[in-house]
Amino acid sequence: MSMNDAGRRSAIGQAAGVRRPLAVRRIRAVLEAMLFAANRACMLLLVCAFALPFAWMLSTSLKTLPETMIFPPEWIPAEPVWSNYAVAWNSGPFLTYLLNSFIVSVGILILQMLTIIPAAYAFARFRFPGKGLLFGLVMATLMIPAQLIFLPVYLMLSDWKLLNTHLALILPFASSAFGIFLLRQSFMQTAEELIEAARLDNAPEWKIMLRIMAPLARPVLVTFALFSFITHWNDYFWPLVMTTNESARTLPLGIAKIRETEGTATWNVLMAANVMLAVPVLLAFFAAQRQIIRAFVYSGVK
Amino acid sequence: MPSILNRLRPYAMVAPALVVFSLFYLYPIGYMIHLSFHEWNFISPVKTYVGLNNYREMLADDTFLQVLRNSALYTVMTVLLATGTALPLAIWLNRKSAFHAFVQGAIFSPHIISLVSISLLWSWLMDPEYGLLNGLLHLFGISPLKWLNDPGTALVSLVIVAVWKSLGYNTLVFIAGLQSIPPELLEAAALDRSKPWTTFRRLILPMLSPTLFFLVIINLIGSFQVFETIAIMTQGGPINSTNTLVYYIYEYGFRFFKIGYASAAGVILLIIVGTLTLIYFRLLSRRVHYR
Repeated sequence: MSMNDAGRRSAIGQAAGVRRPLAVRRIRAVLEAMLFAANRACMLLLVCAFALPFAWMLSTSLKTLPETMIFPPEWIPAEPVWSNYAVAWNSGPFLTYLLNSFIVSVGILILQMLTIIPAAYAFARFRFPGKGLLFGLVMATLMIPAQLIFLPVYLMLSDWKLLNTHLALILPFASSAFGIFLLRQSFMQTAEELIEAARLDNAPEWKIMLRIMAPLARPVLVTFALFSFITHWNDYFWPLVMTTNESARTLPLGIAKIRETEGTATWNVLMAANVMLAVPVLLAFFAAQRQIIRAFVYSGVK
Repeated sequence: MPSILNRLRPYAMVAPALVVFSLFYLYPIGYMIHLSFHEWNFISPVKTYVGLNNYREMLADDTFLQVLRNSALYTVMTVLLATGTALPLAIWLNRKSAFHAFVQGAIFSPHIISLVSISLLWSWLMDPEYGLLNGLLHLFGISPLKWLNDPGTALVSLVIVAVWKSLGYNTLVFIAGLQSIPPELLEAAALDRSKPWTTFRRLILPMLSPTLFFLVIINLIGSFQVFETIAIMTQGGPINSTNTLVYYIYEYGFRFFKIGYASAAGVILLIIVGTLTLIYFRLLSRRVHYR
């Protein structure tokens, strides 16, 4: 990168008729190379600030309990203790937690797709009285966080006898203002001629929506699906509030609970549990980094 | 007949989404405001109307005032640090190379893992006896800190965790903003031999202001709602030094069963979030030059 800069700069210099002596150019090249190396070194230092905590989590998960109690801390355990993972897994109904997490995240995603695609299509393609007001309503909910409404929603769900069920974790997120907003943008960009052609062929409206518009919006749908799935897979707050029963609780709650069952200071077991929670997501992230970053950053630029 | 159906169709298409929003977002807000004027312990069948008593009681409560102060302090520190460092970082890391993509990915990674993971990991890193952070301080000959266990450092410790989590996200949003600046403008500035600082102040910063503004608001609102790290790492302690609004509402609602009182605290949070949102939309509508 900076080599290119150097090249461009010397080209400009030549064009301007300034030809520097060879020695000066050499010193410059060496300086640029050193600057380049220093720059990269600083970046690696920055990476360390984020990679080392994860490496520390991994290292702790393979230690014996006495090995976690050494100060100053040591990085490499004498003998990796894989059984910490078994202890963590067996400390609670983790298969249930895992299954619940899947049911909830996938359930939310399916319902969201069913509600946001038609809504976004209607907001993008039709004119109807009250459209502005209704869209304003959607945008207003975009700014209402779960932390604001959990108490009244808890009371409502309690009245409906839905606490401690999957529905309590799914229904409140059955639609997404962010999803509607994102998809509407994409639908509005679809070429008008395409839709007119389909209308002239007498294609029914639902067919236009599902066969023409939705496939064209696929990248946006994938982006939104990644965002939604990761958000709800990771969620701790909502299931904590809406469930008390292990049979409906999700993975993040199960992991957090190990502190109660195994003791607050069993850091080796806790970190083993933490590896099980974080590493699959991190691996998925590094496999689809560009997609996932776009999914999260989208909300910032659009 | 078909024309009536045609006219009803858009309403039918938006109806499912709007039912969800009305039921789980709009109605609950009204219900919460209603409850805030009542006293109710969740079990008793009667809700007693008490007017503004909950609010009066709350504003007279020293703990609540401390909670407000904690929330404000936490928010200001987090927002300043998380957006203030993200901008120079974005300018530094804004290149399209595999190496830069790797660095960007690394600093973004905490954003996609569960806050449970982050809270547990940092509780261990900040362990006062055997934690890695104290090990690091030891390396430089600094005496160990008590981090989350000391009322003087607990809130700042939580700010560090929040900044660590959100720095990558903020940086990448800034980078997206930087990349949306038309390259012709930057080239023109370079041809005019504009100094880097002048280019930054006169060109990049104004072009970036909607992004900056978006990030400040999103971080403000997010910080006012902080819950997970507090619930897992400190439970509001030691001696209420990290007790913040959402945790306070949660405790009053689910531990003390003072539903009316907790709702009143919720209304305060609603007012804060609502005001920030309104400011955001007001300022956004004024800045038309963006896109």
